[in-house]
Amino acid sequence: MSTERYSKKDLLSVSELTPDEILFLLDQTDSFREVNERDIKKIPTLRGKTVVNLFFEASTRTRASFEIAGKRLSADVINLSSTTSSSQKGETLRDTARNIEAMGTDVLVVRHPSSGAPEYLGRELSCAVINAGDGSHEHPTQALLDLYTIRQHKKEFNDLNVSIVGDIAHSRVARSDVAGLLKLGANVTICGPSTMIPARAECLGAKVTTNLDEAISNADVLITLRIQLERGGGMAFPSAREYANTFGINKARLENANSELLIMHPGPINRGVEMSPDVADGPFSVILEQVEYGVACRMSILYLLSG
Amino acid sequence: MSFLIKNGRIVDPITNTDEILDLLIENGKIVKKSKSIRKKTGTEVLDASNLVICPGFIDMHVHFREPGQEYKEDIQSGTSSAVAGGFTAVACMANTDPINDSSSITERILKKAREVGYCKVYPIGSVSVGLKGEKLSELSDQFLAGAVAFSDDGFPVKDSFIMRSALEYSKMLGVAILDHAEDMSLSKDKVMHEGVVSTTLGLSANPDASEDICVYRDLRLAELTGGKIHILHVSSKGAVDLIRNAKKKGVNVTCEVTPHHFSLTDEEIRGFNSSYKMAPPLRDEEHRMALIDGLKDGTIDVIASDHAPHDQADLEVEFDRVPFGVVGLETAVPIALDRLVQSGILTLSEMIEKFTSGPSKAIGIPCAKIEEGSFADLTILDLEKIYTVIPNDFKSRAKNTPFSGWELKGCPVATIVDGVFVMNNVG
Repeated sequence: MSTERYSKKDLLSVSELTPDEILFLLDQTDSFREVNERDIKKIPTLRGKTVVNLFFEASTRTRASFEIAGKRLSADVINLSSTTSSSQKGETLRDTARNIEAMGTDVLVVRHPSSGAPEYLGRELSCAVINAGDGSHEHPTQALLDLYTIRQHKKEFNDLNVSIVGDIAHSRVARSDVAGLLKLGANVTICGPSTMIPARAECLGAKVTTNLDEAISNADVLITLRIQLERGGGMAFPSAREYANTFGINKARLENANSELLIMHPGPINRGVEMSPDVADGPFSVILEQVEYGVACRMSILYLLSG
Repeated sequence: MSFLIKNGRIVDPITNTDEILDLLIENGKIVKKSKSIRKKTGTEVLDASNLVICPGFIDMHVHFREPGQEYKEDIQSGTSSAVAGGFTAVACMANTDPINDSSSITERILKKAREVGYCKVYPIGSVSVGLKGEKLSELSDQFLAGAVAFSDDGFPVKDSFIMRSALEYSKMLGVAILDHAEDMSLSKDKVMHEGVVSTTLGLSANPDASEDICVYRDLRLAELTGGKIHILHVSSKGAVDLIRNAKKKGVNVTCEVTPHHFSLTDEEIRGFNSSYKMAPPLRDEEHRMALIDGLKDGTIDVIASDHAPHDQADLEVEFDRVPFGVVGLETAVPIALDRLVQSGILTLSEMIEKFTSGPSKAIGIPCAKIEEGSFADLTILDLEKIYTVIPNDFKSRAKNTPFSGWELKGCPVATIVDGVFVMNNVG
């Protein structure tokens, strides 16, 4: 049990967290999981608090997870979606957010296609800002629930081998996961076709390879990323068929894998592209557990940030 | 109208002068240069002891937003910013609204500059109609109206044939094509330099190769046509190397660097600080050092600000949507003095060249000489004075600078255009 509390106003990235802060957030998640197992899944902790989900990109899982998390804590949760594209002239992000804050919002949960947008709002607003995914930058709550899921199964992060496979260049999940895993002492390998490995990728601190078998062979945990077709991922490989053949995770590919291997995916899965259905639904998969723990993880974050 | 400048250190790279002399200015001209000129009654005297007198500085790359977006910067505020920064002449880019792709816009800019300008303004016409890169603008007509060079700055000339034609045609007129070099298929929608910082932040990135590819193409086209080319805002090591080699081969090429590119790197963007968002982007230390080398060995002829005023409201947005560019007229000379001269990278005379004879040769506009008979465009520097960058004190209407709060040693203290003080902070 870590002793440090979480004292930042916002949750913007995993890169800015200390290992103790991460462990503290994971420990908090434990206590909220118990609420989710009750028959009446609601506690009055955040009664009278207002949480606004401001999503500028499509999301099912993350938005529902934050909404359920807020409601189980008795906060008033409002969902706002905007498809405002950069070409449309409209209200600026800053104005939209300041208006929402002016209504007495305690926590603003933001998803935005521009890397850095939550950082920008964190500077501009006095309410708490949670990054629910920004461009290709970070997705810290996803990383925290991934770390929580791994800890449930593996207990220790030291010397744990984690491989992350897919479109590393465009993945905010990869950046957050790599940062969190390294801070907790895991060995991390990132793997994908060379067009999906960002420039100077070694700066992220992980081992870099384009050899999927190598990434799988010694892994204790395999995190498969969604191919981000909307971020140009489709241009980085010739066809979905070729991707499935070369980097798709299927049963045959896992033949030599560790028998205790955990298979994870942040969702949504492109079934048959980055992962075959028999793996996604197979014995190694903890994909739905990730989703389950996501609610408790976000409950703990909302609780800590709504002050 | 006459006045006497006493005891100034005259540094003029053109006449190869560096000595303490007096200057007598009459009717817009330098009429006498010698030791101890005696003051006549009625002649005003400026005591320039411990100050440096140079030929008037030229900023050959500025964006004034007139016509079209005067709320960002107009010719009056822009030239006011120029003289505050020590410049006696500027050349303004064609990306106004409407685009300066015809003689009527060129004439309008010149007329406005005569009416309200504090310094000399040389319009740059566009290479292509509407900066679209599809069809040459009426270059000859623009030239006759007063355009001193042609550029689609903001965009490269994408089509190699159009670029070739522009170089051939402008060669006939004896003027340069100013080249914003980037391969847009690599850099479109990219917001910073590709490297460690872009990978860490997950920002879409523009590799140095984007610049190098276009510079190579355009140097080859200049070689092919014998046309005169000037590469704008060089930011990559590859571009500096290519230009150095082209100069050795005798290609008719000059180039410039901005103060922000030689003094900053992409590391500044960590934390998503959009004050450092430029096109071409700030690159890493290796590239910055290559720019310093290029300044030292003379590959880089010119320092230009690429003064790009933006409205505050347009800057209060997420990083991806922040417009590219920064203002620079009021910081260019202090940055150059502090970062290049005080630090020993360039001699004072070499630095002055990059602001005077360098741009004068690149775009064929007159440069003052500190000798009897020359027009009296002078920039006076105080090498000891500390200048603190306070954006709210800028004469420019725009405040978008990456240098806010910097304390710089050395700055312009007076600007004289045709024998008239347009800025005077001496004493």
